[in-house]
Amino acid sequence: MQVTVIDYKAGNLTSVLKTLRHLGAETVVTDGDLSLVESAERIVLPGVGHFAATERLDATGLTGAIRAAIARGVPFLGICVGMQWLYAGSTEAPEQAGLGHFPESCARFAESSEKVPHVGWNSLEVRSGSQLLEGVEAGEFVYFTHSYKGPVTNDTAAVTHYIEPFAAAVERGNVMGAQFHPEKSGETGLKILRNFLAWQAKGATC
Amino acid sequence: MLTKRIIACLDVHAGRVVKGVQFVDLVDAGDPATQAARHAHEGADEIVLLDITATHEGRQTLLDTVRRTARELFVPFCVGGGIRSARDAEQVFEAGADKVSINSAALADPTLISQIGASFGAQAVVVAIDARRDPAAADPVRDAQVFVQGGRRPVGRTVVEWAREAEQRGAGEILLTSMDSDGTRAGFDCELTAAVSEAVGIPVIASGGAGTVAHFADVFGRGKADAALAASIFHFGVSTSRSLKEELAHAGVPVRLPC
Repeated sequence: MQVTVIDYKAGNLTSVLKTLRHLGAETVVTDGDLSLVESAERIVLPGVGHFAATERLDATGLTGAIRAAIARGVPFLGICVGMQWLYAGSTEAPEQAGLGHFPESCARFAESSEKVPHVGWNSLEVRSGSQLLEGVEAGEFVYFTHSYKGPVTNDTAAVTHYIEPFAAAVERGNVMGAQFHPEKSGETGLKILRNFLAWQAKGATC
Repeated sequence: MLTKRIIACLDVHAGRVVKGVQFVDLVDAGDPATQAARHAHEGADEIVLLDITATHEGRQTLLDTVRRTARELFVPFCVGGGIRSARDAEQVFEAGADKVSINSAALADPTLISQIGASFGAQAVVVAIDARRDPAAADPVRDAQVFVQGGRRPVGRTVVEWAREAEQRGAGEILLTSMDSDGTRAGFDCELTAAVSEAVGIPVIASGGAGTVAHFADVFGRGKADAALAASIFHFGVSTSRSLKEELAHAGVPVRLPC
């Protein structure tokens, strides 16, 4: 099992790579070699930090290559900012477009007495039918660290509550995203990454 | 619901975990990778590894230790001690840390906070502050002073003002150690922790003084802490993060359980 991990210079890839390898995946990293996306069996787009960093995906041609891979049915997982990029954009960098796979936009948590960023372990309300979150029980905890979030829609795979309900995970067919960090979420996170590595189109057989 | 974090802290010297009372009488307490994995398995929400060696030769040992420790650790992992530059931080990240904790180097050059944040994200930068109440001040808590060199030297800044600056410069979290409470096992400095937590919009990790489960409940409540560091408590009565969290849950504190 090979996983192509996209490096767009938005933070540290070490944790994601070591966790995927721990689960038996072979990893290749690309920061612009489109052939590694064109031949990808699975794609992971990690990301911490600022939404503006996704500009590099456009500049290197990775955006187009990823769009084509998704259209071919390659399983895709975006993590944190990598999930937010699946939407049309984010108020964090309004001039920078996201992939637009999901038509909504990400926004900062509303002003409240609670702290932003949302840092720490919070629980998931998993919606039925999610392949990414299969076997994750209601109330299992995962680790978050973010200030922006996606809205709850029909594509939301899990909801988490902090200040307001938001999309902790998103999923439509082969395109999946986690606002939390599965690579830092203990056994629950490992289960979710295993699900991603085992993901097959519904109805497909080996 | 967002839970309160229990962070297990390992002091590391020359590649080994050490225990001691205020950094003297160090006793070998095992291999860092083994101990970190044990704490994660026993329910710690996060692991902090503090290098107390701070020599040049020690840095390579530390990077090897971080690499080995990170390999089988799937909870957030923060490394601190002796990180003086963005390059030092980068090496620690490449070895597998998720966050770095910086203290005196950030005071000497506050731009270090934004330098590290620019490459690795604000969530990766923890600014550690060692603070001591100022009994001579009109408000000993709000005017508590920042210290360096293990609490020996004051830097002439108040903790609240420095915490605010650290946040403005892009720190992701504050790790606040009360020098007055550290090693006493008489409880966290809840007034000091609350003063800092209310002054900033980023999470504050309380450290220093933990002795009983009630101390943790107190610092999460009255102290408004978002997380608390636990080290020696695991050697004095409370055996694991899990048992600590079970007792905290019983006291009404939101914690990650089962874990």
